[in-house]
Amino acid sequence: MIGLTHFLAVAAILFTLGVLGIFLNRRNIILMLMAIELILLAVNINLVAFSAFLGDLTGQVFAMFVLTVAAAEAAIGLAILVIFFRRRGSIAVDDVNRMRG
Amino acid sequence: MHPIIFIVFLPLIAALIAGLGGRWIGKTASKLVTTGALFAGVALSWPLFIGWLGGGAEAEVVPVLSWIRSGDLAVHWALRVDALTAVMLVVVTTVSSLVHLYSWGYMEEDPGQPRFFAYLSLFTFAMLMLVTADNLVQMFFGWEGVGLASYLLIGFWYHKPSANAAALKAFVVNRVGDFGFSLGIFGTFLVFGTVSIPAILAAAPSMAGATIGFAGMRVDVMTLLCLLLFVGAMGKSAQLGLHTWLPDAMEGPTPVSALIHAATMVTAGVFMVCRLSPMFEVSPDALRVVTYVGAATAIFAATVATVQNDIKRVIAYSTCSQLGYMFFAAGVGAYGAAMFHLFTHAFFKALLFLGAGSVIHAMHHEQDMRFYGALRKEIPLTFWAMVAGTLAITGVGVLGLFGFAGFYSKDAILESAFASGTVHGNIAFFLGSLAALLTSFYSWRLIFLTFFGGARWGASEHIQHAVHGHHDSPDEEHGDSAHDVGMPAEGTAGYHPHESPWTMLVPLALLALGAVAAGMAFEHWFISPEGAPEFWRGSIAFSEHLAHAAHKTPLWVKLTPAAVMLVGLYIAWRNYIRVTDAPAAFVAQFPGLHRFLMHKWYFDELYDWLLVRPAMAIGRFFWKRGDEQTIDRFGPHGAAVLVGAGNRVAARFQSGYVYSYALVMLLGLIAAASWVFWWTR
Amino acid sequence: MITAFAFYLFATLTIASAVLVIFARNPVHSVLWLIMAFFNAAGLMLIVGAEFIAMLLVIVYVGAVAVLFLFIVMMLDVDFAALRSGFTRNLPFGLLLALILLAEIIVAVSAWKVGPVTGPVAPSGPVQPNIEAVGELLYSRYLVPFEIAGLILLVAMIGAIVLTHRSRGDARGQNISRQIDRRPSEAVRNLNPGVGEGMKL
Repeated sequence: MIGLTHFLAVAAILFTLGVLGIFLNRRNIILMLMAIELILLAVNINLVAFSAFLGDLTGQVFAMFVLTVAAAEAAIGLAILVIFFRRRGSIAVDDVNRMRG
Repeated sequence: MHPIIFIVFLPLIAALIAGLGGRWIGKTASKLVTTGALFAGVALSWPLFIGWLGGGAEAEVVPVLSWIRSGDLAVHWALRVDALTAVMLVVVTTVSSLVHLYSWGYMEEDPGQPRFFAYLSLFTFAMLMLVTADNLVQMFFGWEGVGLASYLLIGFWYHKPSANAAALKAFVVNRVGDFGFSLGIFGTFLVFGTVSIPAILAAAPSMAGATIGFAGMRVDVMTLLCLLLFVGAMGKSAQLGLHTWLPDAMEGPTPVSALIHAATMVTAGVFMVCRLSPMFEVSPDALRVVTYVGAATAIFAATVATVQNDIKRVIAYSTCSQLGYMFFAAGVGAYGAAMFHLFTHAFFKALLFLGAGSVIHAMHHEQDMRFYGALRKEIPLTFWAMVAGTLAITGVGVLGLFGFAGFYSKDAILESAFASGTVHGNIAFFLGSLAALLTSFYSWRLIFLTFFGGARWGASEHIQHAVHGHHDSPDEEHGDSAHDVGMPAEGTAGYHPHESPWTMLVPLALLALGAVAAGMAFEHWFISPEGAPEFWRGSIAFSEHLAHAAHKTPLWVKLTPAAVMLVGLYIAWRNYIRVTDAPAAFVAQFPGLHRFLMHKWYFDELYDWLLVRPAMAIGRFFWKRGDEQTIDRFGPHGAAVLVGAGNRVAARFQSGYVYSYALVMLLGLIAAASWVFWWTR
Repeated sequence: MITAFAFYLFATLTIASAVLVIFARNPVHSVLWLIMAFFNAAGLMLIVGAEFIAMLLVIVYVGAVAVLFLFIVMMLDVDFAALRSGFTRNLPFGLLLALILLAEIIVAVSAWKVGPVTGPVAPSGPVQPNIEAVGELLYSRYLVPFEIAGLILLVAMIGAIVLTHRSRGDARGQNISRQIDRRPSEAVRNLNPGVGEGMKL
């Protein structure tokens, strides 16, 4: 009834929404980080779904690792954001080209 | 070992020692080695020559080394000794050794003496290789070698830009001649299958009348080959058309002019024509061309020599003119007379040049004859030597009794030209006589301007420098207090010319001996129909018939050279001793003619407009448009610019905006995914 | 039946929350919608029987990460209204990109065939609880990645502290080495005050 495809579809839509989120808010970094979390969530759903339907626990273990890394990445990203805000007084990164080559 | 090996290779060894080791052994040792090698060569050459005079000597070939063996082409180093070679050996070694000795005195103050003597010996070696060549390629090696030595020696004082330019001009003009010579050699190999001279000369008559395709046309083989080879001779011997380098070659030191541009290198062309005379005999058309070119050169150079003010240029044009004589002698078939004139000319022309060098040395490097005069009492030995040379070149002599060297050789040429009976022979006789008149005029003009009259030294800058001490730094040149306005233009300016050292006078004396006696002494073997065939013995195409006819020419023909000589002497005496403002009046009356002669018949201007300018333009075009704008633009320079431009384009992607980076990443992902999908379908 | 209903409920709520995360006006609302999405995703995972991961999701993501987001959002005094300008400018392009991406994912998924099944690497036992099974796997087969994951967390923690640490001028820290170097002889000084006199320090 509810097959693997259903879960994969949900994950796909979530992924796409996350990507969309990255592109739509050009000025709000926090929203961008949240969109990244959405993407990671989609990936997690995918992993778990495959693990369940293939009867292989490796997927779940890997989902845990993804979780770990996502948490670490969120922490560091927000730390950078804090410093950035301290320096610039704003989190509008649209016009910032300090990494210009 | 045959003495010829020593004669040829001793100068080479001496040149190497002096040239490469001059810095270590010092200049005196260099001079001794080179001069000693040359005198050894003289000591070995004269016995060879006398052996040929005595009869009983046979032509022989001494092989040295095997060189090329490729298919049909076999070229080896071998030294040929026959009568012609013996004559040339004597000429080259004698004049070269005397020039070496002379240079001891003349080049005394020059810092580069080892280099000079090494170049002189190198030149001698190359010339000896040329005259002893048994095949055309070896002769070409000697040909190029003397050209190289000429370049090195003309440009010896390489700090002077004019010397460098003159050396380059000599080399480039020679190159044009060499191109013709090379084509001649190629054609010869193509036709005869060999480059060995005896083989070619033996096979030459069989090729009479054969034709060959050249530049789309069908031409006579022997004519073509002889003309191509003659182009080479024209370049080397400064005949009309390729003569422009010879006057400028006077930039080199005077001993160089004496050795190379009087006695030896410029005569290589005559030697080559005589050596290959059996070939030329097969092609009457080529001989006709040779005659016309020779006669034209003789008259041309004689006219230009009459207006020259530089003492060396007069003698240079004189050389050019006498070479013209030798060529038209060869052209009418009188090869013996041509070689005889070469022989005597070597002596008296070298004498004239070295004498001029002595005068220049005495007058503190002043070369303009307008500042000479009254040197007869100051440098008497030089004076008598120059007079001997002038008597020789103008051909003074009494028929049947005694004559100076030129009397025998030049008269022989004119008589042969008349006796040949052909149209070109008669024209050559007429032009040759006219040239003899002019020769007498300018030769005596030189003597009168230099040694007679009042002293005109005061106006010369060189003399003024000599009187007021040596000024080596340029800023001191015009700061001398004694140069006040009231200085007379004439006068001695307090200068005392001194005679040259013995190292310069001994060669003059020996050459004067040759100039006086060589004609009478050797006439029998060179040109007389009784002794000459025995002497030459097939080394040149000696025509007994022509020699007999030359002996039997009418009296007016025999007296013509003497008559024109007297006329020339009279005009010179009148204009430069008697009525000294006559030359100026003449110039004022014929300004166009004078200008035409002063500009050497505008040959240099013509060549500049016709050849030099277009060549420079083409060169510039290929350089700027071809090399810079095309090859460089699409090649290295272009690649560099492209990298820079690409860099700037690529840098625009590094905007620093995080969102741009994210967008690019996503686009890349989508593109990669699409590519994978559509490609694996 | 229940499964289907639960699935559709959770799925719809997840997707709706995700949409609202992006399009919410107030960033605090965005965070809250994100938390909602996490919860529903956990629910999805519960349906397939991965309860350990589901709870882990709730504890870690919601309890730590989302709260962290909330901290930051509320700490930074940002004028969010000004930030929202230019939002609709990129909408068409972004939508297009998203649709392309979605299409590709669907194509990829539909092209997926089951290859020769070599058998699961870590088959789950029929009656073993999920958490026990995962635990067994973690401490045996995937031990090294587990430890490394711990290291990653440590590094992240240190990194976050180092990045944001600033020393305040008036904070007085401890100089540990000086404290340890102190000797009893310097620490105590015996003053002998007289009766009724005070002490001078």
